[in-house]
Amino acid sequence: MLVHSRRARWAVQAVFFALFLPVFALPFLVIVAASFATNWSGVLPSGATTAHYRDLVHGDATDALVTSLVTAVAAGLLALALGTWAALAAQSLRGRRSRKAVDALFMLPVAVPSVVVGLSLLVAFSRPPLLLNGTREIVIVAHTVLVTAFAHQSVTAALARLDPAYEQLAASLGARPAHVLWRVKLPLLLPSLTAAAGLCFALSMGELSATMMLYPPDWLPLPVKIFGATDRGALFSGAALAVVLMVTTLLALLGVSRIRTRASYR
Amino acid sequence: MTGIRFEGVTVAYGDNTVLDSLSLTVEPGEVMALLGPSGSGKTTALRSVAGFVRPAAGRVFIGGRDVTGLAPHRRGVGMVVQQYALFPHMRVDANVAFGLRAQKAPRAMIAGRVAEALEMTGMAAYAKRYPRELSGGQQQRVAIARALAIRPGVLLLDEPLSALDAQLRSGMLAELARLHRELPDVTMLYVTHDQVEALTLADRIAVMDRARLRDCGTPQELYRRPRTEFTASFVGNANLLPVTVTGDGRVGLAGTDVSVPTGGAAHGATATLCVRPHLVGLGPGPNTLRGRVTEVQWRGATHRVAVEVDGHHVTAEVRELRETPALGDEVTVHFASEDAVLLPAGGTNG
Repeated sequence: MLVHSRRARWAVQAVFFALFLPVFALPFLVIVAASFATNWSGVLPSGATTAHYRDLVHGDATDALVTSLVTAVAAGLLALALGTWAALAAQSLRGRRSRKAVDALFMLPVAVPSVVVGLSLLVAFSRPPLLLNGTREIVIVAHTVLVTAFAHQSVTAALARLDPAYEQLAASLGARPAHVLWRVKLPLLLPSLTAAAGLCFALSMGELSATMMLYPPDWLPLPVKIFGATDRGALFSGAALAVVLMVTTLLALLGVSRIRTRASYR
Repeated sequence: MTGIRFEGVTVAYGDNTVLDSLSLTVEPGEVMALLGPSGSGKTTALRSVAGFVRPAAGRVFIGGRDVTGLAPHRRGVGMVVQQYALFPHMRVDANVAFGLRAQKAPRAMIAGRVAEALEMTGMAAYAKRYPRELSGGQQQRVAIARALAIRPGVLLLDEPLSALDAQLRSGMLAELARLHRELPDVTMLYVTHDQVEALTLADRIAVMDRARLRDCGTPQELYRRPRTEFTASFVGNANLLPVTVTGDGRVGLAGTDVSVPTGGAAHGATATLCVRPHLVGLGPGPNTLRGRVTEVQWRGATHRVAVEVDGHHVTAEVRELRETPALGDEVTVHFASEDAVLLPAGGTNG
């Protein structure tokens, strides 16, 4: 929206902050405050201590963080590979209908509630020969299934924007399809690929509902631990865990966005 | 030496035929311009040589070899397109080397060929730049260098100058003509909607309209002796006037008898008289027509005067006038008999 008069601009900005701050920013600040607090009887948490963070270092919180990071990186990379592959394959399909069918197939995990995805994986892989029930792999598989849709969708959108002249010219210069893919198409898609990877990573870092149904005792991601802490009433250590999760994810996303700016050519 | 041959090539998307049984031979080393308005099928014809469209019928030959079903990367044609399509993530030298690297040429040969191609297009000083750091004209030079580096027998140019401004365009046109003199063995297929580009550069012009080849000949033939009304109007915006043949070398035009070469046209037949605007003069002369001025355009060196003669428009392009006629003035225009061409009447199909 273009607002030219100075007073009107102030008014628009005031409305924006009035809506934005309470809904988006303040809850995070309250969590940060709670993670440093000793009691919470008034409107805001009070008392100052770093005890909750010291407890985290001594407890198994670092294990949970590593578990979450490994799961999110593995699921993110798997989802990126699968989603990109599917998007490239769908693009070369003849006929709009078959392309739509592939798109719909990949949208399925988004449309189905993640609890249902977790339950169906649990049911499907609880009998030999495919007995994944109770392994860490099933958690990674579940996360992959849930986030592949987003990777597929953003790569599909980027492919649709890519000028076909690039690959046609590369082919006219004698490049085989594989050479065109690795040297022209994927490098041109790189900004979208890193963005998709960041999105998948962030979604996987925060995944709770499907994980709850699947996680084995030795593979306990951070969101599950946060849920457990608040569930048994340890609100302040739960808040400290939440801050760790938030900061880690934000730092990872910032790192990914730096790759993206260096890789964008146009 | 590789030529190109189209044999009844038809391309259709669903019910929409975009190229209708094109048969055309481009001789080795020849520059053939495919000239036509948008939607005439000229780009589709070029893309069928590159292998980006599959003909529904007909065959395409490059250097005598049937390439109709061959994948684009096996055809060995160089290509330059309107939007350059330089690879934005590669420097200029890597762009030019792309084709040779893709074909796994020896490294020493690649360096030599890249330097040669950049030298030839005057871009040697820009080898380490990225495409986004170059102007449109420079990018197009790099695109030409990239196509030439693989030493193609056939070079396909798809509206290569349409994205450049007028001044750059005439400079690049001269450059392309020079490249053709330096590489006389390279067959060029040049798609354009601009008659000046076609007339300047081409050895022969194929005029296309509505998915069909309408006319083909040297620029001089098409300009001086067009065979169809479409060619006459698209190449050089000729005046086209309906006439009736009244005798040997005589036709009736708007109640006046004028003398033009009638060839073997039968007495009483209807035909179309074609005269170029710059060959029409103001004032009385050998074949004089009388009419009213409907438009006067000043174009710097020339004046373009539109005159309505008995319901038909005649445009005269004359040297800048000292006194311009006013709209509605009654004037006379004339043309020499040998400057007029008689075409078969009606239809643009020829």
